[in-house]
Amino acid sequence: MTTALNRSTLRIGYVTGYAAAESSRLGGLHARLMLFAPYRITVQVLAWLGLTGRGAVILLPYLWLLLFFLAPFLIVLKMSFSEVAIAMPPYTPLVEWLEDGYLQIKLNLNNYKLLVEDNLYWSAYVNSVWIATSATLITLLVGYPLAYGMARAPREWRLALVMLVILPFWTSFLIRVYAWIGILKNEGLLNQFLLWLGIIDQPLTILNTNAAIYIGIVYSYLPFMVLPLYATLEKIDQTLLEAAMDLGCRPLKSFWVITLPLSLPGILAGCFLVFIPALGEFVIPDLLGGSETLMIGKTLWDEFFSNRDWPLSSAVAVVLLAILVLPLMLFQRLQVKQGVH
Amino acid sequence: MNQATARQRQQPWRDPNAVPHVKLVNVTKRFDDFTAVNNLSLNIYKGEFFALLGPSGCGKTTLLRMLAGFERPSAGQILLEGIDMSTVPPYERPVNMMFQSYALFPHMSVEDNVAFGLKQEKVPKPEIKKRVAEMLELVQMGPYAKRKPHQLSGGQRQRVALARSLVKKPKMLLLDEPLGALDKKLREQTQFELMNIQDELGITFVIVTHDQEEAMTVSSRIAVMCSGEIMQVATPAEIYEYPNSRYVAEFIGDVNILEGHLEQTDASHTRIVSHEVGCAIHAAHGVDAAIGSTVWVALRPEKLAISLEPPADPGVNCMIGEVWDIGYIGNLSIYHVRLPGGKMITSAQTNRVRLVERTITWEDKVYLTWQPDAGVVLVS
Repeated sequence: MTTALNRSTLRIGYVTGYAAAESSRLGGLHARLMLFAPYRITVQVLAWLGLTGRGAVILLPYLWLLLFFLAPFLIVLKMSFSEVAIAMPPYTPLVEWLEDGYLQIKLNLNNYKLLVEDNLYWSAYVNSVWIATSATLITLLVGYPLAYGMARAPREWRLALVMLVILPFWTSFLIRVYAWIGILKNEGLLNQFLLWLGIIDQPLTILNTNAAIYIGIVYSYLPFMVLPLYATLEKIDQTLLEAAMDLGCRPLKSFWVITLPLSLPGILAGCFLVFIPALGEFVIPDLLGGSETLMIGKTLWDEFFSNRDWPLSSAVAVVLLAILVLPLMLFQRLQVKQGVH
Repeated sequence: MNQATARQRQQPWRDPNAVPHVKLVNVTKRFDDFTAVNNLSLNIYKGEFFALLGPSGCGKTTLLRMLAGFERPSAGQILLEGIDMSTVPPYERPVNMMFQSYALFPHMSVEDNVAFGLKQEKVPKPEIKKRVAEMLELVQMGPYAKRKPHQLSGGQRQRVALARSLVKKPKMLLLDEPLGALDKKLREQTQFELMNIQDELGITFVIVTHDQEEAMTVSSRIAVMCSGEIMQVATPAEIYEYPNSRYVAEFIGDVNILEGHLEQTDASHTRIVSHEVGCAIHAAHGVDAAIGSTVWVALRPEKLAISLEPPADPGVNCMIGEVWDIGYIGNLSIYHVRLPGGKMITSAQTNRVRLVERTITWEDKVYLTWQPDAGVVLVS
């Protein structure tokens, strides 16, 4: 107990010492820069606004999030409570000034009511969660061996292998998904190849089925799975596996008891990076999926562009966000827990 | 005290009928075109604390990894109790290793780390619990059983690693620079604890170290290695007092090496003429070398007496020089004496009385003398 206490105090002492040295160095720079008018005026204006330099630096990401995330979200939220109107933009305003001195705020909850009542939306959500979950698991099963192989490759190859994983990003996502149509269609490359091999005598119908969607998602999001997995797997100390072997653990078992638990952070990060975009995915189901495939991203697109029902599609988006926030919060909590370690 | 005498008395390597616990026969290990261990033969006896000592890259770690089973010898045999181990994988060897980095499993508690080896053997749960508790008691880590490795200090981790490697009661324990990460004080304390644990359990310990003091303190015998070969295997005292080559003499402790020509030698006397130090050297043992050939005399600094007065016979075992530098390290004073030819000789004197004023000081002309049985004549 005493030793632990001593250690923590020591560390604190170290940090404060370091921070003090750092701030005094910056302080010297600050004093010299104060001689220049533009710097001095900026500092004075910021001080007048109640801001120190440190505060300004922290403010920047908050401003960014406010401007590009929170503000658009509030607009969408506002839209989801309005009604369709033949106007530009095509919805009724939320707040209206009536002639007899009334300020009217009209909240239309029918959009959300429709989402609950109409089976279409429910099944689209459930279907999306199902497809995203199973596609994430397939991506994990494909990505793990890939990342493992990369992490165990000779050191001089690793950078090249990482580059190969990133390489597809050089081409537009849309074009790559289009390319899959050419591969998967009945007279496409895959069927031609299988026919030539003699494995099948009738071309397989893959395009416009759920199978094509899975192929599309797994292919498109594989790098997002492989990269975090590779990062954690590469960091695992190989002597741990030697130690396990030394203590009588066979190599295959040591994978389950050492490597897999230690790569858990990478597995979780990869799964979230795949699951979240896959859930709202609309390009892949639109191009590769069939008419019977119901995914919420595609439903949203149809409501927005085909039906021009902006309020309803806004409600769909708000609910989608709510579904996504839940796993994100879990992930956040997990990261905080790891941060403590 | 009893333990210490028992340790001294057990010298199975002197008994020609003793059966070695581990026998290495012409073991060679090559990595591509680099030979890490070259045609090495060695016997290690049961209950020994055997040290492999050498500079980095001398092949000592490779040798240890071959004993553990992580590397397979390119040629030769490793016999443990008469059974060839060369092709037995590490997870089937009755040998455990304590890693330099400790290699504790970060996602398991101290308890689970220690229990890991027993779980692999499918030992019944109550027995695992009992043996883990016993082992943690032995290394005084009982109160920390539930902690994770990252919540422990370096010394505590080292104890857990030791407990983990001992809990399976291996026939041999391999230690790869086990104390390298500890500070000096803790290291010295742990060395004695290691020796006590080894005495208590009677397991053969093989330790790899580059710290000669550590090897001298803990081991029953030391093998000094150099580029994949063993230069000398002997007890710490023998290695220090009777090194068989200049390499060994210089590797263990400080030494003055005097070069000369062999003038005459018989069973118990040797006379050497050295122009380098400007006197004749008498030694109290014989050497196996041709008359007139170049030989070297290894003289430990503490065996050289330093004086302002000339000895009775300044022509034999006496070097005359000037005090060049003095190092004071509390218990000892180290004199660096420069001979007329420019060669530097080191002499260490115990500070028997409290030092207020030195009798010998910088630029004094001094006489360095030694007894004939103080030096060792080396032919290589």
